[in-house]
This record gives sequence, C-alpha cells and structure tokens, in this order.
Amino acid sequence: MKGFWPVFRKELYAMFMSPIFYVVGFIFLLVSGVFFNFILTQVILFSYQVAQHPELGKEFSMMELFLRSFLWNLSIVTLFIAPLLTMRLYAEERKTGTIELLFTYPVTDAAALAAKFAACLTTFAVLIAATLPGVIALALVAGPAWKLILCGYSGLFLMGCAFLSFGTFASTLTRNQIISAIITFGVLLVLWFIGEAKTAVSPAVGSILEYVSVPKHFEALSKGLVDSRDILFFFVFSVFFLFLTLKQMSSYRWRG
Amino acid sequence: MIEAEGLTKFYGPIGAIRNVSFQIEKGEVVGFLGPNGAGKSTTLRILTCYMPPSSGMARVEGLDVIENSLQIRQKIGYLPESVPLYKDLTVRRFLRFAASSKGVEAKRINAELSRVISACGLEKNADRTIHNLSKGFRQRVGLAQALLNDPSVLILDEPTIGLDPAHIIEIRRLIQDLRGNRTILLSSHILPEVAQLCQRVIIINKGEIVATDSPANLTSQLQKTVKIALELSGPVQEFAQAIENLTGVQKVSLVSNGTSKFVIETDPSSDIRPEIAAMAVQKGCGLLELKMMQLSLEDIFMQLVTEEPSEEGAES
Repeated sequence: MKGFWPVFRKELYAMFMSPIFYVVGFIFLLVSGVFFNFILTQVILFSYQVAQHPELGKEFSMMELFLRSFLWNLSIVTLFIAPLLTMRLYAEERKTGTIELLFTYPVTDAAALAAKFAACLTTFAVLIAATLPGVIALALVAGPAWKLILCGYSGLFLMGCAFLSFGTFASTLTRNQIISAIITFGVLLVLWFIGEAKTAVSPAVGSILEYVSVPKHFEALSKGLVDSRDILFFFVFSVFFLFLTLKQMSSYRWRG
Repeated sequence: MIEAEGLTKFYGPIGAIRNVSFQIEKGEVVGFLGPNGAGKSTTLRILTCYMPPSSGMARVEGLDVIENSLQIRQKIGYLPESVPLYKDLTVRRFLRFAASSKGVEAKRINAELSRVISACGLEKNADRTIHNLSKGFRQRVGLAQALLNDPSVLILDEPTIGLDPAHIIEIRRLIQDLRGNRTILLSSHILPEVAQLCQRVIIINKGEIVATDSPANLTSQLQKTVKIALELSGPVQEFAQAIENLTGVQKVSLVSNGTSKFVIETDPSSDIRPEIAAMAVQKGCGLLELKMMQLSLEDIFMQLVTEEPSEEGAES
C-alpha cells in the first residue's frame, strides 16, 4: 500500500475544495431535512391514532417507525448523490492527464485506488453523519434506540460503499465525468428496481433478480435486523467492482 | 543509466515505435530528437513505467521497467509532455503531495520543497493556485516536481515546448544547472536546443532510430561537401572560372544573378580558402566575404528524416 496516505490526503483535499461537494452536500442536507420533518409529522399523527385506538399497534415503537422511513428515504437520496461523488475520481485524472503523474510516481495502482475510494467513502460518511444530530435529538426525546440507529446507519454506510465502488469503476470507463455519472446512476437505478421484475420471469431467475436487488438487503438492516447475508452482499459487491477497477487500470496502462 | 533493447509498442494495430535500442551512460545528457509523432513520447513513457512495451526490454539504473517498476519510479523524475498538474492545488500543496508520493520522509519534506522551489525560481508564486499561473510558470512547477527526491535519472518530454523565448532560455539554463551526476534524457524537436544542451543526440523518425552521435560528430560525418561563401567585387566572371580549376572544387554557383556572391562546394578533406584569397589578390578582385558554411544540425536532421529508406541504413 505504498503511497496510500499522500493520495488519500490529496483526494480528500480536492473533494472538500470542489464546489461539487458543497452543492451536493447542501442539496443532500436540504432534502434529508425536509424528509425528516415530513416523516416525523406522519409518525406523530400515527402515534395520536395509536393512543386513541390501542389495538392498532401493541408493539408500536415510534422510533423504529420513524427511523425505517427516514433511512429508506436517505437511501434513495444516496442513489442520486453517489454518482456525483465518484464521477471525478479517475475521469478527471484522465481528462487533465494527471494520471500520467499518478502512474509514474512510486504509488501502486492498488494504493491509489484504495486512497481514492477511502476519500470518497469518508466524504459520504461525513454527509450521512450530518443527518445524525436530528436523529440523536429525537432519540433523546422519544426514548433510546441506539442499537437501532447504529444498525440502520451502518446499513446505509454499507450500501453507500457498494454504490461508490460501482461509481469508482464507472469513472475509469470514460474521461467524461458526466458520462461516468450517468452510467453509475443508470446501473444503480436498475439494481434498485430489478427486484420488482421477479413476478414477470420464471421463479429461478426471479430469485436471482431478488437477490441482486439492493433495497431488499438494505431494508432488513434499516429495521435493525442484522443478517450476515446482507452484509456479505454489500461487501462482495464492493470488492467485486473495486477489483474490476484495478483490472481496468492495468488494461489502461497496457493500451497506453 | 538507461538501456533499451528492441523496444516496440503498438497502440492497437498501429505501431508507435519499432525495435528501438540505445544505451545512455550514467551522467550523460542525451537529446531525443525527432519530428512530431516519431515515437519520442512513447519511448519516454515506457522508460518512466507509465506503460509497458509490447515487446523488447528496457532497464533504468539496472532495473527492469516491468519487474521493478516501483523502484524505478522512485529513482526517476519525469516531466510529461503536456505538463499535467493538479490545477486546483497551490504550488506548495501540489509539490507537497508529489514529495510525499515519491516517498520523501515527512521531516525532510519542507527542506526538499524549498530546495526545488528556489531551484525553479518559484518563490513568488509558491502560494498561488496552479490554475492561475502562466504556462511558463506551470512548466517550472512541472520541472520542480520532477526534481523532488533528487532523482538520479531525469526524463523531460519537450521541456520548452510552447514557451516564449525568455522562458525557453530560463528553462534551458535550469536544465544546464541540473547536469552533474544525473543522467538526463530530454526530447525535443528543436535542434539548436539539443545541440546546446546535450552531449549526445538520438534521432528517431517514424518509430525507428536513424542516428546516434554527438552533435559535432553528426555534423562532420554527414557532411559530404564543405560549402564556402564568397563575395567579390571586380572582374567576377573570370575569377569564377579560375576557381573551378582549383583542386578539390566540385561546383561553383552564383547565389543569384546580378550579384557577385558565390557558393563553392569543395572536398571536405582540404581547406582551399587561403588559395582563394591569394587568387583574389592576384586577379585584382576585392574580397568582401569568405567563410566556411557549417552544416547545421537542422540540415542533418532534415537530411536524415527525409532520406529514402534505402539510404537510411547506410547512413546510420
């Protein structure tokens, strides 16, 4: 991993210096704030109804209901912002030619990739962490749900990890950042809705489609259900696309 | 030390270089000369481990470009042709990134930065964003990053391309100062530059090496005739005929009608200028100019790259 830290520091600096981060961050926080408000209102209304008709929800937990909806909405927003965070990683280096510096410095391709990916993941973590204060404040008022919060946010982070790994791969395919973002968004969107198609195909194919569908794996985690299969899914997904990125880089070297 | 043996590189079906072999000793300053698209950058990119060759072998400081790529990259300083830089960073921050990537220890980084910043005359611009610098200063930043970690081999791809004359002179002076123990390989298509900076020239054309020698040797070896410029006053016609009879003279031609300027082509083995001068005095002509015309590197270059393939082999 020779050369990881210098590249990581530079990538993080470039990320926090770029206007893209601030625009994406602003929109992300605005949208998540609106969702927060909206969902909280819904949950409070529902809790009034529960108070009047106790038979509606014996096991009712306001925090669980809120968190599940809120994280579900955050995950959709993530689908939109992941391509924007990853699009510049390699596409920009190729466009400006700086990849020639990166390739001739004593930094291994794997270290450079790890550094770029880690910087991207850090940025994503900062964004989702910025939504935490509201959630924590709510938990302080509505009753402790720390495990639920930890589990839900870890799930969101893992899903982000998978999305960003695909985005990283897509950014090696072209020197145009916009094309890279569109590829990422398109493919992630397909993976998001592919589970819906299971009724239209044979059961065998349907079960495969359901397995690769991202929301199914995230849903359980957002409810606080830790299943190693879901964690493994996101992990394998990320490793697979990072591996492809590395292969793509060495192929780029050969082609010159 | 740089060795290349039978380097060949294909971009898809298109061959960029074919069977390129040369050797550069430690401490030598060598110019890599060729027209645009001759394969200069391709060769340099192979030597800097940017990309592997399709076939052939290259060694830098005794290390193989494929087997020991990381160790080579540690030892070389490379200035790519387009001078790519991270333009959003300030000069200092970019150089700091480059230094730590090149493995300069954290406690030596500041000293190393001030060394290259002053060597490249960047003191006044060190805290400006690279994006706002002029092309000349970006070139210096590119050179500064190549000098970090005191590389024993410097590879500069067209270091003065696209600069104004003042900057060109500055950069050349800089490169001259860098000589010493370092092996320097620089590519260029500007001949006087190479003649001025380099001890040896490798001329490449259409992906193949056509000549390797010192600028002086190339000039003398390829000179088949010596040209003498002569300007006279007085009975010119008579004099011209007399010169034609001198030993060694191959051709006497009038530069243009109506003047008294001649170009005399002679055998390179003997210098007939004293005889011409004596004859001018004897015939009562006024001698206005008499000088030997040196074949410039430019002429040789044109001669080499425009020659027919059949003659190419004989020349190199």
